[in-house]
Amino acid sequence: MKGIKLAYNFLRIGILNEFQYRANLYIQILQTFIALATGLIGLQLVFSQTTDLAGWSQPELLAVLGVFTIMGGIIGAAIQPNMERLMGEIREGTLDYALTKPADAQLLISVREFRLWQTVDVLTGFIILIIALNQMQWAVNLWAVFGFFSALLMGAMMIYCFWLIITSIAFWVIRVEEIANLFEGLYAAGRWPIGIYPNWLRYSLTFLVPVAFAISVPSEALTGRLTLETWLGALALTVFLFTVARIIWSFGLKNYSGASA
Amino acid sequence: MKRYFDIYRSMMKLSILEQWQYPVANYFYMIGMIAEPVIYMVVWSTVANQQGGVVGGYTPGQFAAYYIVWTLVRSMNVVFTPYGWEWRIRQGQLSMSLMRPLHPLHSDVAYFAGWKVVVILLWLPLAFALTLIFKPDLNPTWIEIVVFFFAIWFAYLIRTMTLTLIGLVTFWTTRVSALFELYFAAELILSGRLVPLSLMPAWIQDFAWFFPFQWAFGFPIESLVGNMTPNELLRGLGMQLAWIIFGVILVNIIWKFAIRKFSAVGG
Repeated sequence: MKGIKLAYNFLRIGILNEFQYRANLYIQILQTFIALATGLIGLQLVFSQTTDLAGWSQPELLAVLGVFTIMGGIIGAAIQPNMERLMGEIREGTLDYALTKPADAQLLISVREFRLWQTVDVLTGFIILIIALNQMQWAVNLWAVFGFFSALLMGAMMIYCFWLIITSIAFWVIRVEEIANLFEGLYAAGRWPIGIYPNWLRYSLTFLVPVAFAISVPSEALTGRLTLETWLGALALTVFLFTVARIIWSFGLKNYSGASA
Repeated sequence: MKRYFDIYRSMMKLSILEQWQYPVANYFYMIGMIAEPVIYMVVWSTVANQQGGVVGGYTPGQFAAYYIVWTLVRSMNVVFTPYGWEWRIRQGQLSMSLMRPLHPLHSDVAYFAGWKVVVILLWLPLAFALTLIFKPDLNPTWIEIVVFFFAIWFAYLIRTMTLTLIGLVTFWTTRVSALFELYFAAELILSGRLVPLSLMPAWIQDFAWFFPFQWAFGFPIESLVGNMTPNELLRGLGMQLAWIIFGVILVNIIWKFAIRKFSAVGG
């Protein structure tokens, strides 16, 4: 209960903070628009040559693009800013200020930052999704809706755990920005159905970097491809990743001695 | 002339020595870059396979060749970022380089050129691994290899000029990120980075003709991968040279105006 209140207060401060820089909203809208335009051009190019890609039709891949944009917005608004701040603080030793506060350290470092304007991506993603579902002549179906939202939530959770694991490595190795860079490259793979990738890449995208679960599974739910086994697998992997992230984080914290502050 | 030659040689030597100290960081950076072409490659190979083996004149093997050579050309395209100019001005770095009896641009060109030597060496094992995995269909002739060698360095110079030009905008305003994003998006589509330009609709190909982008990206790749006639290859090199000369002239003109806007900070 205290945790939720804490997270809520940080969220409020984050939003107030963002309102100081309203011009950034316009830059964000432009960025979202550019990313969307390049995504749509890519789709258009592929479907000017073929009618389906590994069994996915154009409206279905439009839905994938929607989910990709939504998840990108969640990562950019709530996950990445927190982790980047953490990386910097570990390197400079200013993490001390967070650790001395009377709250669970992991909770605290995970909720401190919130970039409101990034949620433009989330909104845009949902709009694309609605357009795509309309093109698919989609009928409301309880399992699909439940599967979609639960998969989206689990996907965000897995990406968070992945980021926390990578960031915790900063307790031992200082330069982890390059790994973050690698994540951004691999995340772009989620724009396409995971089935088209060669096996080794598909497995890395599923278990090493949980892009497959974050984007493909919610998309599968909406396009009637989600099986109960996959859903349970996602749940199991979420719990597993969360436990691993928690363990690595605590180990790293023990290793932290405060560089200077 | 001899003076410039000596300066370039020493500066390149310095940056080679400096960058050679960070092979791991350089590698992570390069591996991070590889995800992008691998995704394009897989998507287009899938499309080609579904269409009976060829799409837009490319087989999966040729797509593999295109996107593997892509990785080297992309590395050659990495130059001083336009975002960096703001940092240079704010941190007073520019005041320092203005003191030297040499145009500051020379040190950029030389430094990144030296870095490229390291990048090419590091790229070789990477290309070997990608070749084993994706089995590209690549049979270059000798003349193509020679042209390719010059084409990647010309590409480097073209991109140095274009990015310096838009970097110079920071002398007038620091709200540049929107402009840069638009620029990079246009470049992505019109250069042959997203897909080979021959897969684009005809009007985009015509439109791309008015920009330097394809000469810094698509042409070097296709000089090695495509089946261009010697005539086309030479004409391509000529176009690259023309853009370099045009770029140098434009940078020099704008620099003169930009530098008047500059008031030193720190240093």
